[in-house]
Amino acid sequence: MTLVCFLTTGLALLALPRGSLAEILQKPTAVTDLPSVHPAGDPMAFPGAEQSNLPVFAMNYTRIQVPFEITLWVLLASFAKIGFHIYHKVTFWVPESCLLISIGLMVGAIMHAVYEQPPAVLSYNIFFLYMLPPMVLESGYFMPTRPFFENIGTVLLFAVVGTLWNSIGVGVSLYAVCQIEALQVQDINLQENLLFASIISAVDPVAVLNVFEDVSVNEQLYIVVFGESLFSDAVTVVLYNMFTFIAGMPKVESVDVALGVARFFVVGLGGLVFGLVFGIVASFTTRFTSNVREIEPLFIFMYSYLAYLVAELFNISSIMAIVTCALTMKYYVEENVSQRSCTTIRHVIKMLGSIAETVIFFFLGVVTVTTEHEWNWGYILFTLLFAFLWRALGVLVLTQIINPFRTIPFNFKDQFILVYSGLRGAVTFALVFTLPDHIVRKKLFVTATICVIVFTVFIQGISIRPLLEFINVRRTNRNLKTINIEVHSRLMEHAVAGIEDLCGQWGHYYWKDKFMKVNNQFLRKILIKDNRAESSIVALYKKLELQNAMEILDTMSDSASVSPAIVSPHEEERRGSGKPNRRFVATDLRNMHDILSKNMYRIRQRSTAYTGKHSFPNDSRTKEILIRRHTTIRRSLRQGGFQGSGEAGYPKFFSLPTGQHLERAQGLRNRGNRPDETLSEVDYPSAHRSRIGQLSRSSSGAGLPLHRLDTLTEVSCSSIVDLIDERGGGRGRAGGRGKSRLNSSSSEPRVPAPRCRSDSPDGPGDRSAGGHGNRDTMPDEEEPLSQAVAGPEEPSDHGNSGTQNPLLRRPQWKPLKPKKP
Amino acid sequence: MGTSYSARTEHEFQDLSERTRFSIDQISNLNKRFKQLSNNKETLSREDLASLPDLDNNPIRLQIINAFFDKRNLGHNEVGIVQEICFEEFLMVLSHFQPTRTGTTEDNNEKLRQEKLRFLFNMHDTDGNGIITLDEYRQAVEELLSKAGTIEPETVKAIADAAMLEVASTTRGKMEPDEFYEGITFEHFLQMLKTLDIETTMHVRFLNLDTVNMRCGK
Repeated sequence: MTLVCFLTTGLALLALPRGSLAEILQKPTAVTDLPSVHPAGDPMAFPGAEQSNLPVFAMNYTRIQVPFEITLWVLLASFAKIGFHIYHKVTFWVPESCLLISIGLMVGAIMHAVYEQPPAVLSYNIFFLYMLPPMVLESGYFMPTRPFFENIGTVLLFAVVGTLWNSIGVGVSLYAVCQIEALQVQDINLQENLLFASIISAVDPVAVLNVFEDVSVNEQLYIVVFGESLFSDAVTVVLYNMFTFIAGMPKVESVDVALGVARFFVVGLGGLVFGLVFGIVASFTTRFTSNVREIEPLFIFMYSYLAYLVAELFNISSIMAIVTCALTMKYYVEENVSQRSCTTIRHVIKMLGSIAETVIFFFLGVVTVTTEHEWNWGYILFTLLFAFLWRALGVLVLTQIINPFRTIPFNFKDQFILVYSGLRGAVTFALVFTLPDHIVRKKLFVTATICVIVFTVFIQGISIRPLLEFINVRRTNRNLKTINIEVHSRLMEHAVAGIEDLCGQWGHYYWKDKFMKVNNQFLRKILIKDNRAESSIVALYKKLELQNAMEILDTMSDSASVSPAIVSPHEEERRGSGKPNRRFVATDLRNMHDILSKNMYRIRQRSTAYTGKHSFPNDSRTKEILIRRHTTIRRSLRQGGFQGSGEAGYPKFFSLPTGQHLERAQGLRNRGNRPDETLSEVDYPSAHRSRIGQLSRSSSGAGLPLHRLDTLTEVSCSSIVDLIDERGGGRGRAGGRGKSRLNSSSSEPRVPAPRCRSDSPDGPGDRSAGGHGNRDTMPDEEEPLSQAVAGPEEPSDHGNSGTQNPLLRRPQWKPLKPKKP
Repeated sequence: MGTSYSARTEHEFQDLSERTRFSIDQISNLNKRFKQLSNNKETLSREDLASLPDLDNNPIRLQIINAFFDKRNLGHNEVGIVQEICFEEFLMVLSHFQPTRTGTTEDNNEKLRQEKLRFLFNMHDTDGNGIITLDEYRQAVEELLSKAGTIEPETVKAIADAAMLEVASTTRGKMEPDEFYEGITFEHFLQMLKTLDIETTMHVRFLNLDTVNMRCGK
């Protein structure tokens, strides 16, 4: 029968005319009769002995019923989500949860019209074992760690004390109200009231958080609301389990109260310990997963879930466990796993979490219409009133307590928003819906909860955006992070920590300092495969570089045409007088490099498509981009001082992906000399051509027989580096970003005079395009160092000329030869 | 002597409080700490601060200590380094880390912001010529990252270079090829940190409680 409801709901969404409903309804009823004919669960589905011939067509619905229904529910809810994201303005003003509830209401109305019962998707076990974990994991994993720890005191105070305050306050006052005879709810005792109050004190302000993010409300407010919602779930579930137990007890003694308090702490701290243990084990495991990238993300989910289940097993707070686990391992895991696995982990967690929530909200809408309600308006209205009142009181009192300890105290606006963002959501509904049946007034509780949720989600959820705009709450500027900003915010952190130390005070930064010390000394060494502490500055730097590189590659395709004729005259001039014409050469060169690297790129992309089924294509490409970009900047900055300056052995590779520094550099060095050893001057144009061919093919595995395969990829990498490099340098010069001159003031004093070759007209150290072609013709022994460092550029440069116009360029090198020492 | 002494200090504190915007409680707290740091002497020397074990983990320890002895931060309008500072000067330096007062005007806030940024700027500009050169910036970044584990020195340089480039490109815009960017001036410094929320980050909550004793008792 439940199939019918799915078809009808599906139809409702598709907005088909109601007339067609009846026809469709016929079929499923016939279908659902079928299972009685066939024995359920028999995979072979062979008919019984009484049937002689093989059935051509058979159906076995009961076998697939449960997963089928779940799939349909999820699908339907997801369709709804797609639906109202098409028109963006709706989701801008109305929170998603409102829309989901509304659609649920519509579907429920249709189901009610055809006298259907909603399927029992939501039961206690299903909720606690399958739907709650992904929801909590999602918020735990995506908790912004730094702001959280900066505000941990406030968050925990609001979550733990605030939730307790709300539960007890609302529970007791509702109990008082229950004594009024007119309401006819005298049979609800104190325990049941407390149970109900604890359920509705779980705040779930997803809608508010979305709005917060949109208007970029100040970080402190955001994290307090975020953290409060997360941990209040934990507290609520603990209270819920405790009160359901107590509500079932015939008599409550004072010992039980004391035991309850003790249990509260055992449960909470127990969850913390379990989470920590599993988080650390998970991080430790990912140390060794570098060879099984395809199952890497699985470890994260399994360990988190395991933490949850084990905590459930011991009846301690499973939410605490999974949240702590996620918080603990996130930092280490994301450094251990590959970029792709990291993306996968994030996506899957997000997806599962949002699906669970979507389904619950959707279901709430359906349930609102289809189930029987007990409308006791007095009780419901008092619930609404008390829920709001106690929250307001709680926030006011708690901010008074916490404000003296806060760096940035909450002002009245913040407090108001804190009160106002107390929406109730999915967890609240699921908790009340899965109440055990021995609670006599369960129906009333469900009704009241639905009212609270609908009221808060619709009225507060919709009005929070205009309200935020109206009262003009303090905002954080969180767009556009630049390296300077990052450097300085870190600098200030340390400065503030230092000043705190000097003043003998110990604030947040003091503990951060201490933790970082322990972290760097022990934890990282154990948990992270490649133990190189990466400062957030370095991370941001890499990110920006990557972004930059991508942009360049995107814009590149436009400027793909180059006329080689322009190149050569400038090359001439360049050699003669150095600086003045550098600009033009640079632009042309940039174009050439663009073409080359672009081509290289395509080939690389193609080659990655051929990787096996069970392994991901490697992510060396992103690494390459990084290398290139880094080199770009380096080179353009220290143009001139680069080649000969002894201070840096292989300056190009100053920030290779971890662990590869030495090998790469080594490979580069070897290869630097090789072309000159193996290729004679006579055949070099062709050699260069073959060389460029090899460059482009190298990632597909073809190349010169002299080199091993891995060295070959090295060749291509490093040559690309140089190509891009020059291009980047040129871009700096031509694009007016001032790269080329930046370094002059500082590099000149450092580099000894003979090495400032950029000024001498035809010095070997001349870094711009035409310059290093010269080196090709000179003996290795003369300048081993420069060969070693700059060797691989030669093929690339010749490759340039090879592709562009070898005839034009070759003669220019010849006359240079006598000039050389 | 007791009463006259305390009256005198009371008066002094009052005086200091007006000048540095610290409350009397905070000043007496900090005074205790100052005595503790300087071993009950009138002045504080560089060695006193350098020997503080709490600072050992701080990567920019030297910069912080230098800031205390930098004449620019002490209200003198001259460049240079002093060898010892008295309590008032100590307070002057610390006053850079005060929170913004609520209810101040836009102008005052901007002034405070500039003061804070000037403090940072002075930290970088070690030779005091009003320009942060690339070398100085590199030095700063290097120190900042010195405790962050094994970071290649080249990486550090690259970051400083990239940061410098960023400043150059945002402040100068298009540059001629023969031009070069000699360093960050204070105006550029203000411009590059325009989006930084310095009022909330560069901020120490000077406690009114007597933490010095609390800590000793611990």
